Amino acid sequence: MDAVIIQILNGLDKGGAYALIALGLTLIFGTLGVVNFAHGALFMLGAFVAVSVNGLLSLESVTLDPTKLTPWGTPAEIRTKLAEEWFGTFGTTLIDYSVPVSIVVAIPVMLLIGLIMERGLIQFFYKRPHADQILVTFGLAIVLQEIVKAIFGANSISQSAPASLAGTIDVISGVAYPTWRMVYFFFSLTVIGAVIAFLQFTTFGMVVRAGMADRETVGLLGINIERRFTIVFGLAAIIAGMAGAMYTPILSPDYHLGMDFLVLSFVVVVVGGMGSIPGAVAAGFILGILQSFAAMEAVKQYFPGIDQIIIYLVAIVILLVRPRGLMGRKGVMET
Amino acid sequence: MNAAIATASSKAQPHAGEAPPNKGADLRNFAIFAVAILSMPLWLQPLGVAYPAFMQKIAIFGTLAIGFNLLFGLTGYLSFGHAAFLGVGSYAAVWSFKLLSMNAVPALIFGTLFGGLFALAIGFISLRRTGIYFSILTLAFAQMAYNLAYSVLTPITNGETALQVVKDDPRVLDAMFGAVGTSSAPVPNLFGMALTGDAGLIGFYFCALLMIGAFYISMRIFRSPFGMMLRAIKTNQQRMRFTGLNPRPYALAVFVVSGMYAGLAGSMMAVVDPLAGAERMQWTASGEVVLMTILGGSGTLIGPVLGAGAIKYFEVKLVEYNKTKLGEIFSFLPDSISDAVVSVSSLFVGGGWHLTLGLIFMLVVIFLPGGIVQGLGKLTSWVRRRTSSSNSASSKSADASQPAE
Repeated sequence: MDAVIIQILNGLDKGGAYALIALGLTLIFGTLGVVNFAHGALFMLGAFVAVSVNGLLSLESVTLDPTKLTPWGTPAEIRTKLAEEWFGTFGTTLIDYSVPVSIVVAIPVMLLIGLIMERGLIQFFYKRPHADQILVTFGLAIVLQEIVKAIFGANSISQSAPASLAGTIDVISGVAYPTWRMVYFFFSLTVIGAVIAFLQFTTFGMVVRAGMADRETVGLLGINIERRFTIVFGLAAIIAGMAGAMYTPILSPDYHLGMDFLVLSFVVVVVGGMGSIPGAVAAGFILGILQSFAAMEAVKQYFPGIDQIIIYLVAIVILLVRPRGLMGRKGVMET
Repeated sequence: MNAAIATASSKAQPHAGEAPPNKGADLRNFAIFAVAILSMPLWLQPLGVAYPAFMQKIAIFGTLAIGFNLLFGLTGYLSFGHAAFLGVGSYAAVWSFKLLSMNAVPALIFGTLFGGLFALAIGFISLRRTGIYFSILTLAFAQMAYNLAYSVLTPITNGETALQVVKDDPRVLDAMFGAVGTSSAPVPNLFGMALTGDAGLIGFYFCALLMIGAFYISMRIFRSPFGMMLRAIKTNQQRMRFTGLNPRPYALAVFVVSGMYAGLAGSMMAVVDPLAGAERMQWTASGEVVLMTILGGSGTLIGPVLGAGAIKYFEVKLVEYNKTKLGEIFSFLPDSISDAVVSVSSLFVGGGWHLTLGLIFMLVVIFLPGGIVQGLGKLTSWVRRRTSSSNSASSKSADASQPAE
């Protein structure tokens, strides 16, 4: 029983990441009608926002202290982190909490990136075929990941969770679970809840939902739907960016993180049903949990290699049995 | 969606789709193509890439892209899993080297065959859906193949170390014909003629002839009634069904043909370098084929080969450059400026050449959806317009002097 609970827990954080990326993809797809192959790259950019924030916070000032000597007789270097020098203990806390802090930075940065992407490129592709959208965003994803590679190098950069959240907690007696993964799970739930509430309970959200259902009629009512969709794209970029930033302590980011997650999150969207937000969220968690179950030794004994292919296998079965996905709407992407 | 692609690309292919298939012109174009490919060792000399390894690559990736174009260019089905067929072809060819013979012919046959079989299985399932669902399905299958090749199928694929030909493989056929045991692992041959190692250009001509054959078949398919059916799939499947035709068998047939092309390309890879690794099957490799085809011009005959050649050429050329080389190039500038120029431009070359590739690709998709072929077409029509407008200007003045005519 414990083993089952552990596997479910293990799947939750990964499922959370899948759900967050798939949520953004679905939002973009449902509103703008654009298939965004650069969405994984947005996740990756968010992760590197966390890396940069950590790098900025741990900038050091170096002074030479002539009174102290190193063993080989040169003046000792005193390195102080600027954040500590300026803010004292608050600075220390700030460095420790660099990953959560980076979310605050990620929101405006990702919003800006999203708006630039939408206004600069995506808006010209609303009327182009889906194949063109896939191709141009695929090219954009390559460009973004190469820029990140040029700046941060090709190696993965590990990030640490805040010290107070780095340990494990006992979920039930005897089952220890990394605290940060728990934090990530609740973080993803919060974000998902906030987005759904935003769509459900605000006027803006109502217009967006109406636009997802029937863009033309909303436009005929004299509502500037395009501007709202631009904001939706920015929102999706923020979600992906925050998801990426918070994921860094779990998986050290490198430049092709985005491509790895992109494929999986597209599978998640397709399984959940194109254009269905609850479907994307549910499929994200289900696939995350399934993946962690498939990694169990007991399962691998009977189906060798199942952990490598389970997600794709599920996707293939779902697409063949329920072509619209778990909660797909009629008439979305069916031409 | 399919209709939209069709209109976009039919504009881009003035001589592939709409022009009446003129047999003489086709034959002439084919002859030009064959001569151009076979004379590559000559005209690539000034470009500095006339070495066999590079030209083989063009022939191999050209074949792959021609096959991909048959599927994407004609039917509009965007497959993101073609690298899987390439990988399967490579594995089949290396196994043929290991078990049967070092002769390249059985290796090519098995590579093509297995590529086709694999495509038949995947296509049968994937083609039940269209549009992005089809792309995702092929992607999922390819990723499954890639992951399995790395993990469970290690006995067949040799996992990360890649499948290689070793000295004491059985090689039943070779043993039967009394091949002499060698001290090291033997190299692939064509009835006794070595194709790799110090064989020089032989390996290239071997691949080049295969690609020319592949090109010819693709040309026949483009001109055939079967090719017409495939274009109908792209234009409007619904209308095709109304006229009593079922698009699925046609799509599946071309999917299998396309998979066989990829299998052939994979076995050519194994022939010039008897080694098969799983990284060939990764989805980024599938993406590369897509890039080649689009860059060259999808739906055109020559486009995929042009795209494959251009990308491979850029790869070789841009990787060569590094900071010192750029420093030499920009040394005529004042120091402070040249440093800045060098550090900016070094992002685009060397290890970062993918950045250049991504940017070029984006520009092509945005401004030139028909790829290089459309670009060339625009260029020639522009030149023609300029010359004809100057001609008409002179004839106008002639008209003015002789109004009676």
